[in-house]
Amino acid sequence: MSEAVEVKTLIIDDREVSGRRGQTILEVARENDIQIPTLCHLDGLSEVGACRLCLVEIKGNSKLLPACVATISEGMEVSTHTERLQKHRRTILELLFAERNHICSVCVANGNCELQALGQSQGLTHVRLPYRNPDLHVDASHERFTVDHNRCILCTRCVRVCAEIEGAHVWDVMGRGINSLVITDLNDPWGDSSCTRCGKCVQVCPTGALFDKSKVGTEHPKHPDFLPYLNMMREAQ
Amino acid sequence: MSKLKLATVWLDGCSGCHMSFLDMDERLLTLAELVDVVYSPIVDTKEFPHEVDIALVEGAVASVDDEKKIRKIRAHTKTLVAMGDCAVAGNVPSMRNPIGPQAILNRAYIENTSAQPQIPCLVVPRLLPIVRPIHEFVKVDVFLPGCPPSADTFYAALTALVTGAPLDIPALTRFGA
Amino acid sequence: MNIEELEQIAESVRAENARFDHEINICMGTGCLSQHSNLVKDALTEQVAAQGKSAMVRRTGCMGLCAAGPLVLVDPEETLYQHVHPHNAAAVIASLGNEPVKELQCNLRDHFDQQVHIVLENSGHIDPERIDDYIAHDGYRALVKALTEMTPNDVIQQIVESGLRGRGGGGYPTGLKWGTVAKAGGDLKYVICNGDEGDPGAFMDRSVLESDPQRVLEGMAIAAYAVGASKGFVYVRAEYPLAVARLSACLRDARRRGLLGNNICNTPFNFEVEIRLGAGAFVCGEETALIASIEGRRGTPKPRPPYPAVSGLWGKPTLINNVETFANIAPILRNGGKWFAGIGSERSKGTKVFALTGKIKNTGLVEVPMGIKLREIIEVIGGGVPDGHTFKAVQTGGPSGGCIPAEMLDIGVSYDALLTIGSIMGSGGMIVMDDTSCMVNVARFFIEFCMTESCGKCIPCRAGTAQMYTLLTRICEGTATMDDLSLLEDLCSTVKEASLCGLGQTAPNPVLSTLKYFRNEYMEHIEHKRCPAGVCNMKAHVEALA
Repeated sequence: MSEAVEVKTLIIDDREVSGRRGQTILEVARENDIQIPTLCHLDGLSEVGACRLCLVEIKGNSKLLPACVATISEGMEVSTHTERLQKHRRTILELLFAERNHICSVCVANGNCELQALGQSQGLTHVRLPYRNPDLHVDASHERFTVDHNRCILCTRCVRVCAEIEGAHVWDVMGRGINSLVITDLNDPWGDSSCTRCGKCVQVCPTGALFDKSKVGTEHPKHPDFLPYLNMMREAQ
Repeated sequence: MSKLKLATVWLDGCSGCHMSFLDMDERLLTLAELVDVVYSPIVDTKEFPHEVDIALVEGAVASVDDEKKIRKIRAHTKTLVAMGDCAVAGNVPSMRNPIGPQAILNRAYIENTSAQPQIPCLVVPRLLPIVRPIHEFVKVDVFLPGCPPSADTFYAALTALVTGAPLDIPALTRFGA
Repeated sequence: MNIEELEQIAESVRAENARFDHEINICMGTGCLSQHSNLVKDALTEQVAAQGKSAMVRRTGCMGLCAAGPLVLVDPEETLYQHVHPHNAAAVIASLGNEPVKELQCNLRDHFDQQVHIVLENSGHIDPERIDDYIAHDGYRALVKALTEMTPNDVIQQIVESGLRGRGGGGYPTGLKWGTVAKAGGDLKYVICNGDEGDPGAFMDRSVLESDPQRVLEGMAIAAYAVGASKGFVYVRAEYPLAVARLSACLRDARRRGLLGNNICNTPFNFEVEIRLGAGAFVCGEETALIASIEGRRGTPKPRPPYPAVSGLWGKPTLINNVETFANIAPILRNGGKWFAGIGSERSKGTKVFALTGKIKNTGLVEVPMGIKLREIIEVIGGGVPDGHTFKAVQTGGPSGGCIPAEMLDIGVSYDALLTIGSIMGSGGMIVMDDTSCMVNVARFFIEFCMTESCGKCIPCRAGTAQMYTLLTRICEGTATMDDLSLLEDLCSTVKEASLCGLGQTAPNPVLSTLKYFRNEYMEHIEHKRCPAGVCNMKAHVEALA
């Protein structure tokens, strides 16, 4: 039996499921319609395991593991929605809402925002933590796009899509900890950067941090689903 | 059974939540059979009553006056509802937080004024350095996010609060809804 | 190079030393140098010539008792002088062969008698920049023995038998780690020495690198032989210029002596080492972040697995150990794993170096056998709390550790015991606090440290530590409510359980341990707006609120 078809059987939320060796818990869960919330994960990009929303409990392991990177093993027993996990997920979302100035009502992504949707699906009605109200800038120097750092959650999808798919690596992260910022080139204005104007970063951005100027003031649906297709076509070449 | 006493309050908000409340239209008549509106910007009562069953509070706490009001409301209310994103999360009024109140006052009363630019220091209540949601000052019993929460949300939430039926808020509304 | 050649070098050094009646050792570690011990050395050298004494003056590494620096040790009399000033040089030299200079003498028998020196055995006795000095103190015998008499598996077996556990903080069994890397496939493997010591109040690794750098290199070379690596990196903080300089000198000398490079000891074993300087990020002490930093990328941790032992530097199997761990290797091979396992406690073997700081008389570096009572370290070796104050707590493990109260001082120091009381062994920082310390303020200090040192990658650590800092500030300012306290406890749980790397997962420890043992201080701040230690100034904030 070759590695590619080696099958592992495991239990996710009391359901017996199976997957191929090397698959992540998240992949197998989704194949079986078990929904695990994610934010930094995006099909077609590398995993960073940073948002911690997809943490799951594994029987016999006191540590919580991110489902997006943890691979399945035979006989593994996974719980995806325990009270402990839900509590952490809500706190993580509260931390995000309080970290920067997420004013949903005036955001271009209102109604099309993954953070907003997660807040609702995880049962968040308010944020207990004090809002941090940082003074962050908006860079509208690019002729087509704008970055509003007030709405950035530092998921680094833009960084990854630019480096891994577009191959330009215009985006990266500057600073440490709570002062981290996504930047273009060496913190140059986006409009003066080596940006190829492909717009992939805008499409993968889960919030209204990166948006298309032509869509301001209207609803701004995003279409990150081109990535797996692009990857597939590339592999076929 | 005597009717429950309902108050609605307007702190630092745009009154949009009250507009949406009125958008309940004919359903307001159904509600009126269950509650008495004892205090509201839309009724002529000057003082907050001594005992209120449900208070819907619109707006964030932005001034010393707002803070005084919300503490008083809490003291006289059984069920305090944060109505809309401003009350729940600060929302648009809180957008001044990163730059502080002075910048806002300057813009409104000095930079954009042609005749006698000056910042009022009498009558107008002093602004707090930071606009905050009401639960940072007093205990809030129910959070009703939305900008504004829809009339349907109001009707479903109020009916549940009055009748004691279970209330699943995330199923009704969300931030920015 | 073989054992005979090593012995020849050692013999010539001993013969050289025997020409003198006295050896005068001057500590030239960072601590004593900051007290101008270099001038003391010049003055002593001058006086030896002027008075025509038969004495050699030697620069050495740290002697441990940093609080009493500059330190001068006169052998063979073993007379230790403290606070030596250049103008004392004449008297010190004049006293050679006679009664020692009473007023300079340091008589802290208790401080030294309770210690067991393995890692620090050469510290203060050899010139750190002379490889021959190290060789004269049994240096490189272990490496030569390993290369010529032992298989890689034999070496790993000795390390497993010794029971040595990682000294960087985690306490992972070293032998097990070596075994995993050795078993990993591939022809290219790396050995990394983690010298990115960043805990506030910790300076064990700096001291070892400054005092006996060859020992660390020897440990790395033995490890490389055992796991099948041919390339090593020493990752050391740029804030340790002296350690870097001595390490560079030591690399050069080892190459000259044929102890680094190709075909070491005429065997097929090749090993080369490079130094990499950290740029000041605490998180780069975390092994996956450190690897990213060596690769030239942003120093942020990665989720594990895969572990570095399987896929580390540039995707190759990589062994990462701490400076102190490597410093233990040569003595283990020289004396056998069994000898090492005979020292220490049940599950924590050998010794541990601690940096004693804070409200303690004998600030400095100590090396004690595992299992020793905390009380003994603080009251006997450390000399207790000075100036008539009373002991309140000791913080072990840096920002990842906890505050241990007086009633817990009788526990024996071991990885497991410290863990059960809410702290960790950590890398060995030990900060003593007395009744003038406010424990809420201490917790806030450590959270501020974690907040500024968070890499920003995962949300719980990035935003969680910032929120914890805000809430702790409210408590210190007297504006907090009981809701804030429960929020703080909630955050502790999420940051601890949900953070990506060890830094975030342990960041709440100082808060959790002070909440556990000093909850009354938190309550005083919140309910009575009073700081029992009188540290927090609340008046202004409480009045502003009213």
